[in-house]
Amino acid sequence: MGRLGGAAFMPINYYIFLAIALFCIGVAGVLTRRNAIIIFMCVELMLNAVNLLLVAFSKMHHLALKATNPNAGIDGQLFVFFIMVVAAAEVSVGLAIIAMLYRNTHSVDVNFLNRLKH
Amino acid sequence: MGTTQFLFWFLSIIAIFSAIMVVVSKNPVHSVLWLIIVFFTISGHYILLNAQFLAIVNLIVYAGAIMVLFLFVIMLMNLNADTEPQKNKWLKMAGVIGGGALLLVLVAALKDADLKNQLAETGEGDIGLIRNLGIALFNDYVVPFEISSILFLSAMVGAVVIGKRE
Amino acid sequence: MSKFVYLVPLFPLIGFLINGLFRKKLSKSLTGVIGCGAILASFVVSLLIFLEARAPGFEPVIISLFDFIHTGTIDIAFAFQVDQLSVLFLLIITGVGFLIHVYSTSYMHEETGEHFARYFSYLNLFVFSMLLLVLGANYVILFIGWEGVGLCSYLLIGYWFKNIDYGYAARKAFVMNRIGDLGFLIALFWMLSQFGSVNFGEVFAKAPGTSVGVLTGITLLLFVGATGKSAQIPLYTWLPDAMAGPTPVSALIHAATMVTAGIYMIARSNILYTLAPVTQSVVAITGLATAILAATIALKQNDIKKVLAYSTVSQLGYMFLGLGVGAYTGAVFHVMTHAFFKALLFLGAGSVIHALHNEQDIRKMGGLKKYLPITHITFLLACLAIAGIPPFSGFFSKDEILAAAYAKNPLYYVIGVAGAMMTAFYMFRLYASAFLGNFRGAKEQEHHLHESPAAITIPLIILAIGAVAGGFLGIPEVMARDSHWLERFLAPVFSDSTKLATAHTTPASTEWMLMGVSVFLALVASVYAWTRFSKKPDLAEPHGLGKVLQNKWYVDELYDGLIVKPLNAFAKFLNNVVEKSIIDWMVNGVGKAVQYGSRQVRLLQSGQVGAYVLMMVVGMVILFLVQLLRK
Repeated sequence: MGRLGGAAFMPINYYIFLAIALFCIGVAGVLTRRNAIIIFMCVELMLNAVNLLLVAFSKMHHLALKATNPNAGIDGQLFVFFIMVVAAAEVSVGLAIIAMLYRNTHSVDVNFLNRLKH
Repeated sequence: MGTTQFLFWFLSIIAIFSAIMVVVSKNPVHSVLWLIIVFFTISGHYILLNAQFLAIVNLIVYAGAIMVLFLFVIMLMNLNADTEPQKNKWLKMAGVIGGGALLLVLVAALKDADLKNQLAETGEGDIGLIRNLGIALFNDYVVPFEISSILFLSAMVGAVVIGKRE
Repeated sequence: MSKFVYLVPLFPLIGFLINGLFRKKLSKSLTGVIGCGAILASFVVSLLIFLEARAPGFEPVIISLFDFIHTGTIDIAFAFQVDQLSVLFLLIITGVGFLIHVYSTSYMHEETGEHFARYFSYLNLFVFSMLLLVLGANYVILFIGWEGVGLCSYLLIGYWFKNIDYGYAARKAFVMNRIGDLGFLIALFWMLSQFGSVNFGEVFAKAPGTSVGVLTGITLLLFVGATGKSAQIPLYTWLPDAMAGPTPVSALIHAATMVTAGIYMIARSNILYTLAPVTQSVVAITGLATAILAATIALKQNDIKKVLAYSTVSQLGYMFLGLGVGAYTGAVFHVMTHAFFKALLFLGAGSVIHALHNEQDIRKMGGLKKYLPITHITFLLACLAIAGIPPFSGFFSKDEILAAAYAKNPLYYVIGVAGAMMTAFYMFRLYASAFLGNFRGAKEQEHHLHESPAAITIPLIILAIGAVAGGFLGIPEVMARDSHWLERFLAPVFSDSTKLATAHTTPASTEWMLMGVSVFLALVASVYAWTRFSKKPDLAEPHGLGKVLQNKWYVDELYDGLIVKPLNAFAKFLNNVVEKSIIDWMVNGVGKAVQYGSRQVRLLQSGQVGAYVLMMVVGMVILFLVQLLRK
């Protein structure tokens, strides 16, 4: 694919605030919900907020350092790639655990896990 | 307002709304669906930033695989709105306030950040192209790449071991 | 020879170690040989050093063994000082000590091997400490010996430890000594801060330039130490109780040597005292008061050793009187003669007690003259000496003190003579009750009465020779010109004081009159007591003043009510209130508070994952806030 339209600029602050908003909604979700699966999904939401921010920063650096290094800022996007890798692995294991939990207690209520008290 | 700006605001508003719906929905299946919409909007942002590879990967991996997995598990457990456990009202309030506090603090911290830099979108975006990404990945980051394959292997093994019926 | 002076205390130290460490393995005869041999060796060395010191022009020698304390500006060496005064005391200590050691081999022969060795090791340790005391070249070494003799006194008074009363007596001696020691220590520290040194030479050199107030303070505090060690008012009550120990111990420690430590110390510090006339008056008055008080108590005591104990306190009072009026030589002279006749008296009493199988009450004695001839003769000679009857030794020394007292203040003389009269009276009361008349004890005892073995009688004889002839070492000026050998010998030690002291020259006629009066009164008292008590023993229960005297003026009871009981009550208060309620409460409270706190904190661990995450988020918020606000 080629370019989509001409070059335009967005102030980085907007991306920062957007990412913060998404992240904090994810945090509120983790704190508020009791269903283990929903909590897990909110974690994914947080990860995505971070990804977005990373990509935005990578573009910012690219803009700033384009003259000296044509590949400036590419690390941000590669990092996002790896985050996705890890997220995928983490989801598979996590859901297996939740399935186990359901099989043993027939509930996905996080409060059931208060065995940590002992 | 330029197209870019308009698109940015449009996508952002949908993203935030959907995120809130994820958290608020009683039915878990609804939550999953809202989350998928969030992923779509984020992919839209990626495209706006000309990170084309990431946009597609986001859709395929996250929205396509991970969310489907979630749906499978939810369907398996037959969860719907009635079986949803209810949290203590105070804790819900505390959670919301906690998240809000975090939001405020982070915003306050970052608003004065000396980042008058603006970023380029669309046009200037060679680094988002798959070709450049691939070169960088296989030249500089080949070791993490290989290790991530081992990571997948271990995740697979782990999932199978955990999920085995005794 | 004086550079070998360290051998003198070394031999008893070795004796102490051998007898002490191997007490379970040594035989009694070997223990006795080691114990006595050590002191004999010390005596021989002391004698050689004395012969060297007798040569005219002998300068004091200081032999430093090693650096004891060496910090900052304070430099205290472990050093011995050999001069005329310390040599004289060395002879007294080792000589009389040797005789008492020999006596002990027979007196203590009933003890088992282990305890026999324990006795001799303590005795040797005592001699070692006493030698350190008189040989020390500075006040710190003196104090080490001072403490050592106090310790040995405790060990030996409580030698028969199975009897708890003896233990209490030992404890009493030690505690009262300690109270005196506190005064000594404060004086020591004051000296250090004032003179920067505690060496005799440096202190005495700097003394003339110091303010009288400071010197008075230091000397008064030193004297407090002396009252404890030498049993003067107010710290004398331990000495009569100390008679709980074996009689040879009473002879050595509580008659001839330890109690004279105070006299030695003041004699050594004579320049300080001469420069502080206020203290001198205090010393003289205290000595005089003690002399009279103890003499009155001795008038009505019925235990042979208690009479001798109070007699010792009284004679010590005379010695302090001598020191207080500046008659330093006289006081030391009296120490020497007193060592002879008091040790003789005690050893003689021991012989009597032994013969009567531990009977000490004179009301149950009598007529021992024919059964114990040697003991009788020697005891009589000692009584004559202590009463101050010429030509025996006590006359010369006591008279020298009384003459000096008269020169200072005639009232001192008058009271002193009164005390001398009482001394003669109670001593002859004792003699007559024990040796004259008819035996008042049980018939079975009478059959077993016999003279004591040679190991006991030979020391008695030797001491008797000293008690009789010792006086001729100090013939006063009025009798024969330039015959006071002791004064000549000790002159270098007291030279600074004699230069400063106002020379009181009493005319010769007055001196003859003083001598005559005191001798006459002493003779009268002696003859009266002799005749009265040989005919009719003092068996009746006393009333009125007699009762007060017999009960020692109730001083012990006074101390008990005034000091001991409040202290005990205070200690009980501290234990019950402060210790239990306050301190224990605080310490336990800390424990309880920690337990309470941890119980509260534990509630955090609810096991709810959501709560944990909430806490995590809150923590993050706080961290961010802190960072934010710090900028």
